[in-house]
Amino acid sequence: MTENLEIPETWPQIKTVGLAGVIVTFSGALSEPANRAAIAFRAAVGEMEWRDIEEINSTLVSTFLRINLSVHKPEPIIERLQELVDSKDWLSAPLPTGRTLWRVPTLFGTGRAPQLAEAAEMAGRTVEQAVTDLSTTRMRVLTIGFAPGQPYLGTLPEHWDLPRQTNITPNVPAGSLVTAVRQFCLFPYDTPTGWRHVGATGFLSFRPNSAHPFPLSAGDEMIFDPVSEAEFVQIESVDHSGNGGAQTEVLG
Amino acid sequence: MSDHLIVRSIGPAAAIQDLGRPGFMSVGLTRGGASDPTALHEGAALLRQAPSSAVLEMAGMGGVFEASAEIRIALTGAVMDASIDGTSVQWNASHSVPAGSILKIGAMRQGNFGYLHVGGGFDTPSYLGTRGCHLSAGLGRLIQAGDQLPIGEDKSKDAGCQLVPEQRLDGGKIRFVRSMQSNKFDDATMTRFTKTEFRRDPRGNRQGIRMDFVGDGFQSGGQLNIVSEVTIAGDIQITGDGTPFVLMHECQTTGGYPRIGMILPCDLNKVAQAPVGSLLRFELLTLEEGTAVQARANAVLSGLRKSVKPLVRDVSSIQNLLSYQLISGAISAKDSPLD
Repeated sequence: MTENLEIPETWPQIKTVGLAGVIVTFSGALSEPANRAAIAFRAAVGEMEWRDIEEINSTLVSTFLRINLSVHKPEPIIERLQELVDSKDWLSAPLPTGRTLWRVPTLFGTGRAPQLAEAAEMAGRTVEQAVTDLSTTRMRVLTIGFAPGQPYLGTLPEHWDLPRQTNITPNVPAGSLVTAVRQFCLFPYDTPTGWRHVGATGFLSFRPNSAHPFPLSAGDEMIFDPVSEAEFVQIESVDHSGNGGAQTEVLG
Repeated sequence: MSDHLIVRSIGPAAAIQDLGRPGFMSVGLTRGGASDPTALHEGAALLRQAPSSAVLEMAGMGGVFEASAEIRIALTGAVMDASIDGTSVQWNASHSVPAGSILKIGAMRQGNFGYLHVGGGFDTPSYLGTRGCHLSAGLGRLIQAGDQLPIGEDKSKDAGCQLVPEQRLDGGKIRFVRSMQSNKFDDATMTRFTKTEFRRDPRGNRQGIRMDFVGDGFQSGGQLNIVSEVTIAGDIQITGDGTPFVLMHECQTTGGYPRIGMILPCDLNKVAQAPVGSLLRFELLTLEEGTAVQARANAVLSGLRKSVKPLVRDVSSIQNLLSYQLISGAISAKDSPLD
């Protein structure tokens, strides 16, 4: 008898992406181990220095290798990748070393980040508790995308699993810290968004005129330290680098 | 000051372009670059220079330009009316423009993106290593009247050449291969997709182009709970209502809609150049067929120089033929031409 038997998917999966490359996906849903695996696997592939790979990217749960498949046959590449995939349990692999921890002075709430109270209420927290949650959770750059340099940061406690707004906020300024679905985004430009605007920073994740236009990498960690409005204005007046007074530390 | 092209007037969507800026995907920046890269290879073959030279991409309409010195130009991509000091000149050809001459590029006859190449390439400022404008990332800007576009050193003087361009300005058959999420679409949906006639929708830009069609959408299983994944130019993305969008060179680097497949790079030009309302049909190739087709297209591009021929002026293309002095000075058939 045939039923609609779901064939259980097994992970990781290696697939071709058109003629543009090959992708290794560690899970069908976003999870901390799958994201960690994607970042760790990206670093491991990078160390192999395979010449057919033009660039490597890690997304939420995958590592993508850009390879011109009209020049390089996919089968041997997939074979090499399968060998690397099988060489260890990537879901329990540690994050690579040499990542950066960023501590970014952040003004939560006030007129500069007007949706803190609304977001706190939706999360079932007082404004004070909300600031504690948002400023003490050490957030990982899960991936960078959507706009140049723009990080998706995770993961906030479960009660911060807020849906996106149904209405789009027409414009939040560059450096805005916004939240939805237990994540933060930190916008490099003024942008419309469906995420709620809870913090203001002077941190620009894309600095086109700088020697280091992209300060962040997937796997970096960020802490958003609360500052008063007076301190925030002071930082704005002295730091014009796009760093917004952020301090860094190399993670071992 | 180096030689330059003075922009007297310009259409609303002209920008310096090149073959794009690879290598920044992991920091959220797609490659970008010209909408019709084949046109860049054709212009480079006509001027016998590198296809990486920066060009002026003109969407929809051209402009009026003045050369500060004698320069060489080539015109490729969407066919547009063009003249030098009032004399019409052929598209898909290279020409010499004397110092102070006025080059006019007017209405578009066929296609969407026309290209003005100069010998030596445009030597405008580069951003993150290349000169191509990436509007959605805020790199570079549109060209405005009054701009003076610097021109790099031209090592050649050869002009007056033509080539027959690859047919790509009126839609038609677009070949694609399966990609990482194609298995989310059942066989019946995939078959229906390849049998549907699409029309290029007016909703489109350098990030993506909507495909219009009659009938049911092309839903996948599990459309709503897909994890965001890499997006690449050429992806055929199916939005929530089942409508295909073809992602173009300035698309984002990540997206949450499932992709039914990916168009071969050699056929993405056709999507870019397809005029609004033109018919497009998607043909599914196996990965093996797709790589073979693309490899042949790559070989054609690298051999383009061999197909460049001297320009022979076709009398029927001279629009102001009646203004030419064709009678006086004509010789008698009886007289010796040496008298």
